[in-house]
Amino acid sequence: MKGMSLIVRTIARVVTTFIILYSAYIVVYGHITPGGGFPGGVILALGIMLLMLAFGKDLPLRKLPEGRASVLDCLGALGFWAIALLGFTAGYFFLNFLGKGEPFRLVSAGTMPLSNIFIGIKVGVSLFAVLTALSVYRRFYPPGEEPPEED
Amino acid sequence: MMNEGLHMNQALPLFVAIPLGAAFLIPILVRVWRRLPDIVGNLSTLSLLVMSLTLVGKGPSTYYMGGWRPPLGINLVADGLSVLLLVVVSLVAFCATLFSIPYMERYTSKSRYYSLFMLMVAGMNGVVLTGDMFNLYVFLEIASIASYALVAFGTEAEELEASFKYMIMGCVASTFVLFGVGVLYGKTGTLNMAHLAKIIDENGMSPAIWFAAALFLMGFGLKAAMVPFHAWLPDAHPSAPAPISAMLSGVLIKSLGIYSLARVSYIVFGMSKPISTIFMVLGGLSMIVGVLLAVGQWDMKRLFAYHSISQMGYVMLGLGLGTPLGILGGVFHLLNHSAFKSCLFLCSGAIEHEVGTRELKKMGGLWRRMPVTSTSCVISSLSISGVPPFNGFWSKLIIIVAAIQARHYVAATIAVVVAFLTLTSFTKVMRYAIFGSPAAESQKVKEAPALMGVALILLALCCTSFGLLYPVLKPLLLGPATDVLLRAGDYISLVLGG
Repeated sequence: MKGMSLIVRTIARVVTTFIILYSAYIVVYGHITPGGGFPGGVILALGIMLLMLAFGKDLPLRKLPEGRASVLDCLGALGFWAIALLGFTAGYFFLNFLGKGEPFRLVSAGTMPLSNIFIGIKVGVSLFAVLTALSVYRRFYPPGEEPPEED
Repeated sequence: MMNEGLHMNQALPLFVAIPLGAAFLIPILVRVWRRLPDIVGNLSTLSLLVMSLTLVGKGPSTYYMGGWRPPLGINLVADGLSVLLLVVVSLVAFCATLFSIPYMERYTSKSRYYSLFMLMVAGMNGVVLTGDMFNLYVFLEIASIASYALVAFGTEAEELEASFKYMIMGCVASTFVLFGVGVLYGKTGTLNMAHLAKIIDENGMSPAIWFAAALFLMGFGLKAAMVPFHAWLPDAHPSAPAPISAMLSGVLIKSLGIYSLARVSYIVFGMSKPISTIFMVLGGLSMIVGVLLAVGQWDMKRLFAYHSISQMGYVMLGLGLGTPLGILGGVFHLLNHSAFKSCLFLCSGAIEHEVGTRELKKMGGLWRRMPVTSTSCVISSLSISGVPPFNGFWSKLIIIVAAIQARHYVAATIAVVVAFLTLTSFTKVMRYAIFGSPAAESQKVKEAPALMGVALILLALCCTSFGLLYPVLKPLLLGPATDVLLRAGDYISLVLGG
């Protein structure tokens, strides 16, 4: 499959920018508005899914090869893990050790925004990997029952 | 509010943090050097083993995540039962990772394997340590999802099918557990186990709480593969790579199933007559059905898997008796089963690695060709069959004596008969696999690689020594674990203070 029609591709190209921007907003403002790392990450992955549907599965895989996705995925998780561990420096695992700042400001709530960003990376890239896996690996056929090759 | 006698242990979160960190470091480190996953994996399980051993005999300790005290925050509690499970998980995990170094060479992606393995260990340690119901569910899911992927690791048709079946049934079980947690939270307004226990203790069991108990029984019962819920186990456990089979049968069904069930029914709900009767009925059923299904098997790993169901029945029976001796027998058998069953599965892995088959009829005469594997296989077979002086004998004896003391003569009879049937079926294993005349496939086999041998010897030593070390184990590991279940009220005052 080499993607969809010109109209779909053009719209998808424009809209994807906004979807990714929106996902960044959801992640970064996660601690003061509804949202956070997980929903933001899901939106990010859905933006990439739109690209995949419009342009075929090769384009996103060219931009973010599987190996690099795996590393990013692990780094997201490790970042979150490191923040939890850094809590030990102030006495407790998972302690919010940074200054809390003024409520409802973008830079506030200590480690929360940082955790959200790492979760956003982790969830976004993981779902991207799941989507590519779903599009790359076909249905499983028992030996002897493979369907004819399709283009 | 001060907690008398309950000290903070800064190391408790590390039981989850170390394997979790290793799980995400390994896929990155493999790019640096191909051997790093092996090293990091084994070092983490070794450090967990050492850390868990330092907890033995120290008395209960706790940890407040992020400094938030219960009932508001999540707390980790390492009491006698948790420490026992931690030691068991770490011991089997260490032997399994040691075994994996040569064994997993024939699979393509070792780093992913170790990554999933570490996630599973993190989940199990979390389940065992947590003092919070919802947290328990989260860790249960981490361990379960990692195990679904590990069962399918070979990606052959049979493995994928087994994994799919396991995943569907496991998801249903997890949903039941989540639903049960929801009902409890809706009814009591808290998720902390000690706080829940306090509220239920003061207000008694309402129909909604009974409903939650039934949901947990079904959910955890499925994870423990108790008999009406056992259908996934004989497919899933043999399909996984051998070290994973050892982990699944050796510790996963215990920590996610038996431990959670015991923790929830003894500590949170408080053991009552109906629950203990259900425990005993499920235990008896699992013992009989598991062993009867096992006797006819010719696939080595499948045979072992059915025996897991039957041996878990012993543990359930012991816990269901509710007497001090019964519970002691139950937790002792839990410890013993993890040693001999993981040893058996690793033996089957070593044999499969060398002979290339799991069919008992295609083996034979292996004791000449593979002395280390055969010796440990014979030792663990004798242990599971309950032959003195190996460890299985002592725990089965305690359970049978406890059943007679509690005047449950039917249960005692079942336990004796099942022990004989187990012996029968393992005589078959020894006759066809170890002794007897060699089949064509096993004419030219060699001994398994050295590291596999080391893992097997370690577990075989546990099988031989646990029974004889009973006087040492009882005050250090088994006694505290029994006390936790016997004196459930202590847990409330221990965690909430006063």
